[in-house]
Amino acid sequence: MSERADFILDDGQDRRTLRFTGALTLARIGDLPARLDALDPLPDRIDLSGVERMDTIGAWLVHRLAQHEAEVTGADPDQAHLLEQVSAADKPLKIRPDTRPPFLRVMDEIGAATLQAGRTLIGLIGFFGLTVITGWRLIREPRRFRFNAIVRQFEVVGVEALAIIGLMSFLIGIVIAQQGAVQLRQFGAEVFAINLIGRITLRELGVLMTAIMVAGRSGSAFAAQIGSMRLAEEVDAMRTIGVSPMEALVLPRVIAGTVLMPLLGFYASIVAMIGGGIFCWLSLDIPPVTFVQRIREVVPMTDLWVGLIKAPVFGVIIAMSGCFQGMQVKGNAEEVGLRTTAAVVQAIFLVIVLDAVFAVFFSSIGWI
Amino acid sequence: MSEKGAIIRIRGLKNSFGDQIVHDGLDLDVRRGEILGVVGGSGTGKSVLMRSIVGLQQPVAGTIEVFGEPIAGRSEEEAQDMRRRWGVLFQGGALFSTLTVAENVQVPLREFYGDLDDRLLDEIAAYKVAMSGLPAEAGPKYPSELSGGMRKRAGLARALALDPELLFLDEPTAGLDPIGAANFDELTESLKKTLGLTVFLITHDLDTLYAICDRVAVLADKRVIAVGTIPELLALDHPWIQEYFNGPRGRVAADATKRHSGNGRDADRPMTELGA
Repeated sequence: MSERADFILDDGQDRRTLRFTGALTLARIGDLPARLDALDPLPDRIDLSGVERMDTIGAWLVHRLAQHEAEVTGADPDQAHLLEQVSAADKPLKIRPDTRPPFLRVMDEIGAATLQAGRTLIGLIGFFGLTVITGWRLIREPRRFRFNAIVRQFEVVGVEALAIIGLMSFLIGIVIAQQGAVQLRQFGAEVFAINLIGRITLRELGVLMTAIMVAGRSGSAFAAQIGSMRLAEEVDAMRTIGVSPMEALVLPRVIAGTVLMPLLGFYASIVAMIGGGIFCWLSLDIPPVTFVQRIREVVPMTDLWVGLIKAPVFGVIIAMSGCFQGMQVKGNAEEVGLRTTAAVVQAIFLVIVLDAVFAVFFSSIGWI
Repeated sequence: MSEKGAIIRIRGLKNSFGDQIVHDGLDLDVRRGEILGVVGGSGTGKSVLMRSIVGLQQPVAGTIEVFGEPIAGRSEEEAQDMRRRWGVLFQGGALFSTLTVAENVQVPLREFYGDLDDRLLDEIAAYKVAMSGLPAEAGPKYPSELSGGMRKRAGLARALALDPELLFLDEPTAGLDPIGAANFDELTESLKKTLGLTVFLITHDLDTLYAICDRVAVLADKRVIAVGTIPELLALDHPWIQEYFNGPRGRVAADATKRHSGNGRDADRPMTELGA
């Protein structure tokens, strides 16, 4: 290994000479830069004849030192060339973008987020309109209906989700029954756990939990699929061939979401009730026959309608958020990830807001 | 038959993905201080070869020596010592997307030489960026704000951050316009001269081969079928080599080179009249 970089100062009668020794390379440089910075007064001659090897970093240090009117001597042709190259590259450069005061930055971010939210809302409404128009065109020209694409989405969104939604609902049914029983036991009214299970699953939790699961499973998949198709210019290719991306990509997914959400929601409610029923049977000694009888007595038909009316609306919201965010992707792969996250967050947020609106609406029309 | 002064020495390399064998019995020597062009049809495993040499791909069989020491079976520390002596430019630049261009250049410096002070790091990043031919405005920009060509230059600046002895370039001119590609060739050549680099250059670009490569290695039939200067390769009677260099595009590139050397100019001048 060559020797580490060092220097010798030589104070002559009228000139101060700095002789570099060793290897002026990144690996051997050690604390040389700091020691050079501490030099005072600066040398007016730099001698490189003792340097074994030099790389651009060594050359840069020499160049930096030589800027203060110092003469460089003893460089061999290669070193001279390197010095020349480095000094040619000496241009001021910003490392990071300018930062602004924190207060301004916060204000800026709030403003940008508000604008973004507004734009997204307007975009989503526009997208909804476009979907409706496309749907209307399809109804008038049924031969353009993409049957295969829709069946495929049914399979992905519905059939493949049955296992996970079933398991989730079953466990939720058990949790409701167990928690309800614990609380109601204090009043000796354990049997009312059945009311709780029947009504809350059909009215609220069945559909809501399904919506959250579908948003996480399918809404995100819609955004990611369409997003990566946008990146690969597949969507643009479709347009140039005359295939409408709204017809081929968005509508099948929206239809699948709309049709399958009620089915999945109903399925989830039933499985949750089965879970609750099994808990009642094993833990509260209520036999299944009694459980079913009791359910039929205490759960009004309107509860089922409440769930079934909400479900397709949630389905539309989830599918549209996914497709909308997917279509917004442009630029790079990072955007796909951001948009996918945005699609899920947006879908769940809108679903919960709408659920609250529905709750107020149904209670005011007397479906309590 | 080992060549003297080989900076990379590959013997009997075998790589496979599942049933698909990419390399089988591949031998190659890269000499110190040369620019070795690596060519081959699509899917002949040029990038896989590069990945094997830098240790990203575990070969099934064979030995690879870089700087005279085997790649396989090294401790993490020894591997780090080797990594600070080479630079790699990936096809798309592979810049870290959360860092600015200048910060990207500083990453290897911070990683390997953490005791350099921030002011010097900033200065180093500045001249590296300038040396790789990027404008000063590019420094504080994020990779997503750059064009493909600028990203490659920034990737090169990062690959050169440690003043490596050995530089790997994976299709550096692919996707660049002819002027940008010619500039990139000039840059590679001048860096080689200035820094005494050895360059392992994967390319499809015939102009690059003619302009700056000292030797060319041809990958086909799962191994290196020939290594040599272009005239040496042309003397061989292999159909793929003949078609590659004597095809319509090969001839145009060769003519352009001849024209330039006929004028007594460097062969690495921009070949902008190619399109005419």
